[in-house]
Amino acid sequence: MSVSSPSLPKPEGKRRAGPRWTHWHAIWVAAVLAFVLLWLFGKPFAGWAFKYPRGEQLPFRRLIGEFMKWLVDEASFGLFSFTELTRFIAAVIDFPYRIALSLLSTGFLQGQGSDAVQILPPVSWIAVIAMFTMLGFYAGGRRLALVVGLCFGFLALFGQWNNAMITLASILIAVPLGVVGGLVLGIAGYRWPMFAVFLKPVLDLMQTVPVFAYLVPILFLFGFGPTAAVVATIIYALPPMTRISMLALGQVPGEVHDLGRMVGCTSRQMTWRVLVPSAMHGLMVGVNQVIMLALNMVIIASMIGAGGLGFEVLAALRRLDIGKGLEAGLAIVALAIALDRLSQALARRAQKHEHKTAANAGFVARNPYTSASVALIVFTGIVGLAIPALQTYPEAWQVSTGTFWGEVVRWINVNFFDQLEAVKNALLLNVMIPFKRFLLGLPWLGVTGLLLLTGYSLGGLRLGLLVATLAYLIAATGQWEKAMITVYLCGISVILACILGFPIAILTAERARLWNWVQVIIDTLQTLPSFVYLMPAVMLFRVGDFTATIAVVAYAVAPAIRYTAHGLRHVDPQLIEAGTAAGCTPWQLLTKIKLKLALPEIILGINQTIMLALSMLVITALVGTRDLGQEVYIALTKADTGRGLVAGISVAFIAIIADRLISAGADRLRARLGLKH
Amino acid sequence: MPGEASSNVKLQCRAVWKLFGAGAAAALATAGGKLSGEALAEAGLIGAVRDANLEVRDGEIFVIMGLSGSGKSTLVRCMSRLVEPTSGEIFFNGENLLSAPPARMIEIRRHQMGMVFQHFALLPHLSVLGNVAFPLEVQGVGRQAREDRARKMVELVGLEGREEFFPSELSGGQQQRVGIARSLSVEPEIWFLDEPFSALDPLIRREMQDEFIRLQNVLKKTIVFITHDFDEAIRLADRIAIMKDGMIVQVGTPEELVTAPADDYVAEFTQNVIKAKVIRVASLMKPMPKRAPTGGYLSDIGMTSAIADVAPLFQSANSVLRVVDDAGQPVGCLKREDVVQIMMQA
Ligand SMILES: Nc1ncnc2c1ncn2[C@@H]1O[C@H](COP(=O)(O)OP(=O)(O)OP(=O)(O)O)[C@@H](O)[C@H]1O
Ligand SMILES: [Mg+2]
Repeated sequence: MSVSSPSLPKPEGKRRAGPRWTHWHAIWVAAVLAFVLLWLFGKPFAGWAFKYPRGEQLPFRRLIGEFMKWLVDEASFGLFSFTELTRFIAAVIDFPYRIALSLLSTGFLQGQGSDAVQILPPVSWIAVIAMFTMLGFYAGGRRLALVVGLCFGFLALFGQWNNAMITLASILIAVPLGVVGGLVLGIAGYRWPMFAVFLKPVLDLMQTVPVFAYLVPILFLFGFGPTAAVVATIIYALPPMTRISMLALGQVPGEVHDLGRMVGCTSRQMTWRVLVPSAMHGLMVGVNQVIMLALNMVIIASMIGAGGLGFEVLAALRRLDIGKGLEAGLAIVALAIALDRLSQALARRAQKHEHKTAANAGFVARNPYTSASVALIVFTGIVGLAIPALQTYPEAWQVSTGTFWGEVVRWINVNFFDQLEAVKNALLLNVMIPFKRFLLGLPWLGVTGLLLLTGYSLGGLRLGLLVATLAYLIAATGQWEKAMITVYLCGISVILACILGFPIAILTAERARLWNWVQVIIDTLQTLPSFVYLMPAVMLFRVGDFTATIAVVAYAVAPAIRYTAHGLRHVDPQLIEAGTAAGCTPWQLLTKIKLKLALPEIILGINQTIMLALSMLVITALVGTRDLGQEVYIALTKADTGRGLVAGISVAFIAIIADRLISAGADRLRARLGLKH
Repeated sequence: MPGEASSNVKLQCRAVWKLFGAGAAAALATAGGKLSGEALAEAGLIGAVRDANLEVRDGEIFVIMGLSGSGKSTLVRCMSRLVEPTSGEIFFNGENLLSAPPARMIEIRRHQMGMVFQHFALLPHLSVLGNVAFPLEVQGVGRQAREDRARKMVELVGLEGREEFFPSELSGGQQQRVGIARSLSVEPEIWFLDEPFSALDPLIRREMQDEFIRLQNVLKKTIVFITHDFDEAIRLADRIAIMKDGMIVQVGTPEELVTAPADDYVAEFTQNVIKAKVIRVASLMKPMPKRAPTGGYLSDIGMTSAIADVAPLFQSANSVLRVVDDAGQPVGCLKREDVVQIMMQA
């Protein structure tokens, strides 16, 4: 293959300003020419370069499948078998989960199945709302109390209470386990650098493998049900917590470290009395992340039996019952906002210190919140026996908006069907389908070669080899075609997100008040679980690639806006003054100075957008795409671990290729602009 | 006391080296335990401390002074083995610290050493009292006992009434007072202070130095004090070690450094010092004359007073002061013309 010709000269390295026509240009021209020739004329005699021959495929799928089977059937650690281990983990998680579920939803039951008798009711809806409202008041004052109270009230009012409590029960179990697990891993990584070296790539991979792909092996090992869902949630929330823990611990000043050793701390005292408390602020940021990720995952994990709000959305999607789905979606939004604001306020709260009430005051005076909560739980529990409305939110008070949303959809369809269809079809026929055809027609060999060259010229041989190998592996495991569809959907979505995001960023970045509003909106968009985005898209455009694209754009637009605005806001004001002094018009100022200097930042924003788009794309398999996501989804329904993992890891590979190339490009650009990192 | 060669050495460093960089120990060993600056640069190593020899005597304030990056912090951390020296020996009360097992090191640090840090290193989640009691808490001292002790220390540094405050609620000077109280809570035998006042405003710094002198008059600890401020060194030190590029270029009393700087580097620091403030009566006095001067001695002065402090005592042109030792015995006399000469040099 001439594209990846082996005798490449050394990359130009530090030399930037060379002659206009360098050997580099020549190589690129030759490579692109070879690529085009292969693409246009290669098919008749080199079909294998277009479609990876079946017989040559690497049998990862089968091997993984066999490995999983072996794990479950035979693997043993001497004292106990692998199956016993998974059962043990399941039991450890199941027990507290049952308690949380009983407390929040089912009450404590005696007996099995339908004969079960409730011996203790769950905590009443009034007590739950009051407790969270008080927590809000404690953490963030009256405003937060109001927000949290309204959010939880919303859940009751719209009849989502029980589902929300099921979801909350999973979160209550997954978050502490995820936080502790991540912290322990983080501490280990901090203490033993060798372990960190091993941990980093694993975390990288775990954070790029799409969420569905996690679900497949977990489903296989733990079966269908809430326990599996909690396991998936913990695993999903673990990597960011680990990373943040390592970072936060690493930022503890050296002097504090010295202090710990100087006063003679043992290594346990050092960790728990010195390092962890000193890193608390950073760690709390991690806790907030874990909570939000757990919520996202618990919703998605409804596919393997988590139940709750996620199941409601999923069931509605399957029935295309827009009203029900939207209601559940809005409930998720309410829950997400409440949890996010609460955990953020609690993190800030942990920074401030309370001067203790005098120790001789009574228990109630010292613990007003706890006392009030206990009193409320007991009171509503007992009185609730006589007046059920105190215990369970009465159905008669519920407002169902399901029919209302159904009406809205009908109304939109009656009045705007033609317009919506026109937009959809125009985009599909003129842009999306041709782009898809184009990508599907490309030879994998040529693409791999071009990637090698791109990586080489941006970041050296290692990068080139990395991206080419990953691309090759995608082809060699038979995922090329589906991967191209993923690339096509992702590409279109990212372009649309940029077309939408850049103007917003440019128009608002320098208007402080307006920008604050935009920030609130994109912050909120980013806290919403990805599932939520599907409903409105389906409502307007039904299923298909276009719907998927809309959902992906909505999910992924935030970083495009945020990074662009950030870049624009941080251009050196002296340069802008210089430009103004030189008589630039505002337009020239924007295009010639600001955008140029903000470019590295903008590129990072695009990178983030791509990452988010890829993770969302997999979820849009639910609305009928035909890409790698669909492959994972099918694997999930068949509990076919090999198939799911191979497809999932292919998505991770695409993400890694994009990320490494773009980061290397941004670094180069930054160096050329003379900006520090 | 300065100048006195007291034999009770508290802490001793012998040929201590600390090199940063890969393969430092091997490089030093193959070179026979000594590496020149060029050899270090060639091997890609950083010579943070190079061949340091010094003795810290019981009850003295030993100041290590040098510019930023000269290796002061590294050296003082070698003394408590917070940093493991690449080679050399460190004796504390005659015990070789570098061969002490970890448990013994913890023991020594817990009970015999205290340290104050440049940026205070207070634990943000503990109150003033909690911070001061922390070293005792680590040792497992009961709550009542350690809080009683911590309260005393808080009082000692003048922070009574703020026991329940948190570090973020204190000013820099107050935070460092907490750091000082904390390091004293275990009644250490040796007290390390790594640029304790460098992060403070000049006015507060001055105030803290006075406070430090007051404390030392009460406590009489053995102190290793790090600073990059020569004026501070002169104010506080019994003896000063000057460091440059990891090496100790001169050790001596402030007076010795001012009157006989070992090289240009030291002279650079001392040239702006007001000599009369540093030079002691003892080094300027003349032997007692056979017979008392006409008009007698104006008054008696101590040997260790600074010249600047006694200068105002000279009133008329020919007056002479009598110098007495601690016991009040006359040991010499101080003449006006000698003092004038020193005063003119400033
Ligand atoms: N952990 C380390 N790794 C590598 N080099 C180090 C390390 N610690 C210190 N150094 C280097 O050793 C030299 C001495 O550092 P040290 O902190 O002891 O200087 P210092 O005199 O205390 O300076 P300052 O007044 O800035 O505190 C410096 O060149 C520093 O860069
Ligand atoms: Mg230092």
